[in-house]
Amino acid sequence: MRPSSALLVGVVKLLVGAYGRWIGTAPGPAQRIYFANHTSHIDTLAIWSSLPRALRRRTRPIAARDYWGSGLKKYIATRGFGAVLIDRAREHAEVDPLEPLRAALREGDSLIIFPEGTRGAAALPAKFRSGLFRLASEFPSVELIPVYLDNLHRSLPKGALLPVPVVCTVRFGAPVSRIPDESKEAFLERARDAVIALADPKATA
Amino acid sequence: MIDHLRSIPVEFFWLFGALLVLLSIASAVAAVLSRRPADEKLAASRANLTARINAWWVMVGILAVAFLAGSTMTLILFALASFFALREFITLTPSRPGDRLPLSLAFFLVLPLQFVLIGMARYGIFAIFIPVYAFLLLPSIAALRSDIEDFLSRTAKQQWGLMVTVYCLSHAPALLMLDIPGGPKRSALLLFYLLLVVQMSDVMQYVFGKLFGRTRIAPVVSPSKTVEGFVGGGLAATAIGSAMFWITPFTWVESAAISAVIVLMGFLGGLTLSAVKRSLGAKDWGVMIEGHGGMLDRTDSICFAAPVFFHIVRFFYT
Repeated sequence: MRPSSALLVGVVKLLVGAYGRWIGTAPGPAQRIYFANHTSHIDTLAIWSSLPRALRRRTRPIAARDYWGSGLKKYIATRGFGAVLIDRAREHAEVDPLEPLRAALREGDSLIIFPEGTRGAAALPAKFRSGLFRLASEFPSVELIPVYLDNLHRSLPKGALLPVPVVCTVRFGAPVSRIPDESKEAFLERARDAVIALADPKATA
Repeated sequence: MIDHLRSIPVEFFWLFGALLVLLSIASAVAAVLSRRPADEKLAASRANLTARINAWWVMVGILAVAFLAGSTMTLILFALASFFALREFITLTPSRPGDRLPLSLAFFLVLPLQFVLIGMARYGIFAIFIPVYAFLLLPSIAALRSDIEDFLSRTAKQQWGLMVTVYCLSHAPALLMLDIPGGPKRSALLLFYLLLVVQMSDVMQYVFGKLFGRTRIAPVVSPSKTVEGFVGGGLAATAIGSAMFWITPFTWVESAAISAVIVLMGFLGGLTLSAVKRSLGAKDWGVMIEGHGGMLDRTDSICFAAPVFFHIVRFFYT
């Protein structure tokens, strides 16, 4: 592991713990798309840090270019955790923003994505956008793993400058299956429910 | 370096060597035991045993650091312990967006400052910094955010957490700053004495409770605490503490009395934090975290015993 990555993981663990709990699945080398609820800037790093070290090298978080695309943040994102930067603002309307994700999947890497598209303030995720559905249908062999990030909305929510150290648990659920001819809406609803189901620690303990 | 090592009391090397031998034996026995087949209950007892032995290794590590690397390193270690304990406490305490700034300040300003003040040996300030200034200012900042929902209960819980995990716990390394006869290395032995009696008391109460425990003291709060365990374990720990008088400025009678106070405070700490924990809806402070013992589960007795022990030494032996 690069020193910059080790430092990054150390800081994240110190601040929010980022303890991974594998409830419906075990960590393994299979190619995966991890999709999670999104409430803070630490989310990406928390999931990435909670993975076993061997998996981190082949698992690439998605980061918005408008936030992570310059200066120190860019250095952290690309050198620290090998992020795939995407255009949220659609500066280049002719380019599909999902293209860098497809490229990473074709190379055999796993991805960490936030299907809500933006950070929310609540503990439970908002409606999912369609990117997850498109990637799921284009890459049928990739496992779709729901992930719930507990407590991070308390640590560094939208608009906050300083994090509050709280213990965050990262819960990994069972892969979401694909149902032939399922509509986009039904699939996205089912994927979102899989994340929400992990929100209650009692139901999954 | 040679001078530094020469200044270390010879008792340290005896204690350290004896503990290393004992702990190595204990760890070896635990390792052999854990390979034998066991039902769930037995396996849980063994896991508990291993956790306790590991806590002892940590304690011996702190002892080594306190002597070999000096008081600054010890302060940093305890500051980290406080940080993790406070993080656990705040995780289980409900907060609202208006608490964010005061909480950040608690972690990144109040906590480090408390340990810096101890490092500067400014008793007049570190004794009142959190109970007065953090107490007055942190809720004021929260009040500026105009969120009155559960205001008193939110700020009270946060202050309580800060008092226990930072203020009380910081009195353990504060022992190093006490000017007792024999110099600073002698006060490091006092820190060791405190940790030894507290841990011995925990272990002995556990053992006596397992062997003879019948009458529960507070079944709802802590089902494992029994009268037999407390009395038997407490007496055993007091006996061990009084036998350790030679590393302290106490006579053996005084050492017995002081150990008894440490035992009692440690017991009350475990009991009270257990009640707090249950009122917040958790059984273990680290329950949400797989494979993580919980810093507060390990330090609850020290949090209560440290300030009282510190005051006894400061008032009667400096």
